[in-house]
Amino acid sequence: MAAGHGPIEQFEIKELVPIELFGINASLTNSGAYMIAALGLIFGFLYFSTGGRSLVPTRLQSISEILYEFVATTVRENIGTKGMQFFPLVFSLFIFVLVLNLFGMIPIPGVTFTVTSHIAVTASLAILVISIVILYGLYKHGLGFFGIFVPSGVPIALYPLLIPIEIISFISRPISLSVRLFANMLAGHIALKIFASFIGLLLGAGVWAILAPLPLLLTIALTALEVLVAVLQAYVFAVLTCIYLSDAVHGSH
Amino acid sequence: MAEKTHSDGAKGAHDVHTSTGDHGGGHSSTFPPFNSETFAPQLVWLFLTFTLLYVLMSRLVLPRIGEVIEERRDRIQRDLDTAERLKGDTDKALADYEKALSDARTNAGSIARETREKLDVKVAERQAVVDAEIDGRIAEAEKQIAETRAKAQASVSDIASDVAGAIVKQLIDTDVSSADVKAAIASQANS
Repeated sequence: MAAGHGPIEQFEIKELVPIELFGINASLTNSGAYMIAALGLIFGFLYFSTGGRSLVPTRLQSISEILYEFVATTVRENIGTKGMQFFPLVFSLFIFVLVLNLFGMIPIPGVTFTVTSHIAVTASLAILVISIVILYGLYKHGLGFFGIFVPSGVPIALYPLLIPIEIISFISRPISLSVRLFANMLAGHIALKIFASFIGLLLGAGVWAILAPLPLLLTIALTALEVLVAVLQAYVFAVLTCIYLSDAVHGSH
Repeated sequence: MAEKTHSDGAKGAHDVHTSTGDHGGGHSSTFPPFNSETFAPQLVWLFLTFTLLYVLMSRLVLPRIGEVIEERRDRIQRDLDTAERLKGDTDKALADYEKALSDARTNAGSIARETREKLDVKVAERQAVVDAEIDGRIAEAEKQIAETRAKAQASVSDIASDVAGAIVKQLIDTDVSSADVKAAIASQANS
């Protein structure tokens, strides 16, 4: 049972179907399976809930529309209407991260796994975002895109100091974007696991079993907090993506 | 395969890394998110699933939802426009009605006034006719009265002369002609 394992156990990548393509290990792992499940759920839900295309939406259709409107508003507010070309990207990122985060909150002994608790995944998504920002910025503004590193309304004497800072802050964007999501998921799940294992330890410790409800209550509270964090981090990821894309769309300010 | 040891792996290895946090005991005790051997399969499936997700979202799902929302917005706008138009029509009809009502009121007033004036004229005409008739009758009656009076007066003197003649016959037993009596009376009346 899970109680016998340490808090790190839940992050193990387990190989389900070994596959090797062109010398690369492309095995289907529990991570890959979760991603496929997320893809299936997202597409299935969004596609079939809107199947009726009813003018007066059904409940499920309302959920799809609320998600759509929510992300569309976020994109419009942060990038402007010119940014709506990135709406599918931001929506895909948001819904993908959201569902993967929430999947991690479904407790199935020995199976539960949070795809976004792996830096490889979050870093890839962050690099994708930053690559699009740089490529689109260069395509749209040419070399003038690098004007975003020059702060406006500042005396030229300060440029040698401020431009390196701006460059460093730009480079740290993908790092902060990926580490924020990864660390939040990782830390939350470790904390949950540790407090939950206290329950078992106290129950097996004779008189101390009387204290067992305390970590139980804490675990319940933490679970609620983690669900909140799962949603919030998906939103943060989407909003930051929008803010970074806004630089590419509008160029230097 | 190396990853096999992660799965249901040796219990001993897990005990080691959970109790001591030791990273030295081969990759089975590496902190899983930093185990570079698992990066490739994660990234391959991330690439596949996310690409597919993006394509499905951008080509199929999002246009579909957007279309529904757009259509609803249009429909609501159309309905609002129709309501606005109908309200305008109603207002216009109401104004027309009010105008017709006030017109009818003024018409009714003028008709009443005209009728009254016409009646007044008729009444006056009739009055004049009746008045004239009455005046005629009065005049006739007065004339008759005057005639009657004159006749009566004439007959009074005849009677008086007859009476005087009779009295004279009684007193002096003399027949006096009526012409004489009349002359006598006339002479008396003249003195």
